[in-house]
Parts: sequence; C-alpha cells; structure tokens
Amino acid sequence: MSTLDKTTIENLAEHLENAELNAQAVTKITDDYPDMDWEDAYDIQWEIRRRKEARGTRVTGLKMGLTSWAKMKQMGVETPIYAFLADYFSIDEGAEINTSELIHPKVEAEIAVITNRVLKGPGCTIAQVMAAIEAVVPAIEVIDSRYENFRFDLKSVVADNASSSRFITGGRLRRIDQVDLKTLGVVMEKNGEVVELGSGASVLGHPAAAVSMLANMLAERGEEIPAGTFIMTGGVTAAVAIEAGDSISVRYEELGSITINVV
Amino acid sequence: METQKIQAYGDELYAALRECRMVDPLTEREPDISIEDAYAISSHILSRRLADGERLIGKKIGVTSAAVQNMLGVNQPDFGYLTDRMVVEEGGVLNISKLMIQPRAEGEIAFVLKKDLQGPGITATDVLQATDFIVPCFEIVDSRIRDWKIGIEDTVADNASCGYFTLGQMAVDPRSIDLSTCGMVVELNGQVISTGAGAAALGSSPVSCVVWLANTLGRLGTSLKAGEVILSGSLVPLQPIKPGDCMAVSIGGIGRTSVRFD
Repeated sequence: MSTLDKTTIENLAEHLENAELNAQAVTKITDDYPDMDWEDAYDIQWEIRRRKEARGTRVTGLKMGLTSWAKMKQMGVETPIYAFLADYFSIDEGAEINTSELIHPKVEAEIAVITNRVLKGPGCTIAQVMAAIEAVVPAIEVIDSRYENFRFDLKSVVADNASSSRFITGGRLRRIDQVDLKTLGVVMEKNGEVVELGSGASVLGHPAAAVSMLANMLAERGEEIPAGTFIMTGGVTAAVAIEAGDSISVRYEELGSITINVV
Repeated sequence: METQKIQAYGDELYAALRECRMVDPLTEREPDISIEDAYAISSHILSRRLADGERLIGKKIGVTSAAVQNMLGVNQPDFGYLTDRMVVEEGGVLNISKLMIQPRAEGEIAFVLKKDLQGPGITATDVLQATDFIVPCFEIVDSRIRDWKIGIEDTVADNASCGYFTLGQMAVDPRSIDLSTCGMVVELNGQVISTGAGAAALGSSPVSCVVWLANTLGRLGTSLKAGEVILSGSLVPLQPIKPGDCMAVSIGGIGRTSVRFD
C-alpha cells in the first residue's frame, strides 16, 4: 500500500536525483513525509531509475544493501534493501574516484556475481542462485548518501537508491565451483594499512542469499533478475570514509585485488 | 622483581588455574612489574605443570589484533606455553563449568612445524619452509585475573590467558593458501557471529606472528622445535561462551573444526 500520489513520487524522485547529480546534500525525505511506506520508497527509487533510462542512461546492474543481520536487527527490519547501478557509476580500475562529484563518499568491499539465467521469485533459493552464477568477481562499492550528515532512516535510503554512486570491478574472475563464497576472505587497506576485513559470510551468512532475496523482493513488484545481470551482493566490510589523496586497495581470497585512488 | 616474588606469583596463578578461581591483577599489586618479570612468572607456572606430568607441545601467540593491542596499550604480541593437557579432541566436549573460570573462544590458524626455527633473523620464508602443515583451530582462552581486568603483564604472567584448544583434522600445506586473505567464519549455535581474514593477524598474516615468536624466543635464547604446535592468534573478536554452546570455525582453503561446551 503506497501512501504518496504519483506527483509526489515524481517530485521526490527529481529532488533526490538532483541531489545526486549536483552532489548536494538534502534533508531526509521522511521529515516531510513521515507516513511514507516501503512501497513509496521503492516507487521513488524506480522513478529515479525511469528518469535516468529516459535520458539514455543504461542500468548495468543491481546491488543489495544492509546485508548484515546485525545491522538489520539494529534497524528493526527483516530484509535487506536493493538498488540499481547506472552505467556512469562504473569506474575502471586504474581510473580515479573523483570526490568533487560526490558528497561524503565511503567505500565497501563486496563480492559481486554475474548471472547466466533469469532468477525469478518468489521462492528463489540459494541453490538456484548458485546454479545461475556465471562468474564471481570482486568489487568495491562507493556509497554516497545524499542526506546531510548521514542523517537518514531506511525508507529515505531506499528512495535514495540505497546511496549508490560508484563501483569498481577488477581483480580476477572465478567460476562458482572455484570459490567458497562463505569463507572467501576480503582485506581492505587504506593508504597501505589494513582498515577492514571479513569473509563472505558477513553477507547474510552467504552472499548467494543476497541474490535469492533480491529475486524474491523484485517478485513483489512483478520484476525478475534478467540473465546476465551484474549484482553486488552487499558489503563484506563496514563502510570506510574516503577523501582526496587516499588510496584504497582490497585483496580478495582467490579473486585478486582492486586498487583505486581518490582525487 | 626478585626470584622469590616471581615464584610466589607463579604459585598463586598456578593454584588459581588448578582451583578455577580468580586473583587480583598483578599490575594493581605490583605497579613496577615488567614484561620480563611476567614471562618469568609464566615460565614458573609451566615448570609446575611439567612437574605434574604435563608435556610441553607448543606455544600460543596472543595479542595479535589491532583491537586487542589498542585495548592493552601495546604494539606487539605475547606468547604462552601449550601442554598436552590443553588439547580437546576435534568435535569433543569441553567441560567449561568444571574446568574454566571466564572462558572465551577464538578462531585461529595453527602451524605444526617440521623443522626447528632459531631466531633472531627468522623471516616469513623460513617459517613457511619450516611448517609441516596448518590446521583450523579453536582456542578457548581463560583468565585467572579477576574479570579479565588485564594489563599486558597480567596476561603474559598468566600464560597468555591460555586455556584449552582444539585442532581440526584437515592438514593443509601452507604453500597452497594465501594466509593473508584466507577468510574465517565463526558460528555460535548455528549463527554466524563473526568473520575475519588472515590479515587480522598483525595487519599482515598469521605467518608474521610465527616470525615474531621465533625471533622473540631467539632473543631469549630458545627456539621453536620441529613437531611443535603454534597457535598463531585470533582472527576474530573473542566470544564469551557458556555451557551448552557449540561453535564451529571455517577457514577458506583450510577447513573447519568445531567444539561443544558443557
């Protein structure tokens, strides 16, 4: 049940997308719409997606957020959140993260997958996901909440496309039968020092669970995960703030490493 | 600290270990206690255990994570002695209500040596060459110091807070593993409670911990011996445990081990 009318959804989508495009922080939208619900929040996100696609921007993937059970419990929710990745979010390894285009960026180390068949919920399982993974690749996500001082609640975050802003892939590709997604270790270094580490099980106990949940959440809107989708499964590590001059390097067990400089 | 005092504190901690009771922090009672004093006390406890018929089978390295080093205000690890009586068989049950005071479990990688390592001057390459195999490991630490109110000298004197340990039965060649990125998952009663990776050890890798130990012992005039088991330090936060709990640790490329508590 949504509570906001179409015009309000469109206005909020424009408001939040402008905040993203102009790198200007705004107050959280639930301040003005305290009664908005989850469906409203995703309606706004999908409207931002429609706006971008109407301008010729391609959606190049999907991502999951809030994939730690501890954080979900803290936020009082039982499911993670999803968002889309636009073509211009992608930064090649070797290129730079340009902070002048962003508000207050943070980076997270993630395990990403590329699927080779449609995944459709409800009832999509980890087993089906694993059978549909064409490749496992490492990724760094740059998140950049458009909300001032990171003051937000989860519905505001969902509307803001889950803070999505940039992502970097690189390293090396593995097939699903060459890695154990649960124990796959990830070590993030900032300026040469280890700042965060963990293993795949930080993501909902198993990174493939993020994908099955994504399929099941999309099904609620009559959507599916198309074959060939690039999906970032969620942060293995906590988000680390970055600023111009930083160098971020993430090493992945079996998946090589990705290094990116911040300017 | 004079020998008599060192022996007295060693005897006190040995008795606390045997009787499962806590003592007040040594650092409160002896503000001038040095790390050397603390190792001398630990060594005295070991001599008491050996006199009881226990056999020295290896060493453990502690205080290897940035979090614990910051908590204790130090920038290097410590070590303790492992005896045969500390071994819990894989899949076994450890009777913590009878044997331990305030136990906490930590997931580690254990090294079993096939060659002696005589420091100083030992490098990571030397450690890899001298390692026969590595295995997943749970260490169940305990502190005889009241409420874990430990300074670095307290834990060193108390045999690096050692309790019991269990080793997995999958012996893996360290040459086939990237010990810096290998990931760890710890489950408590079926729930993932923490994850980590090799680089949690000294911001580098568990190999660096063994290097530190070999060189530290070398400066003290002793060496690591072929056949010894070396617990290289926790890769995850310590987890308090209670009777009835069961825990499992899985390490990327190395395997899994589990232990139950009674």
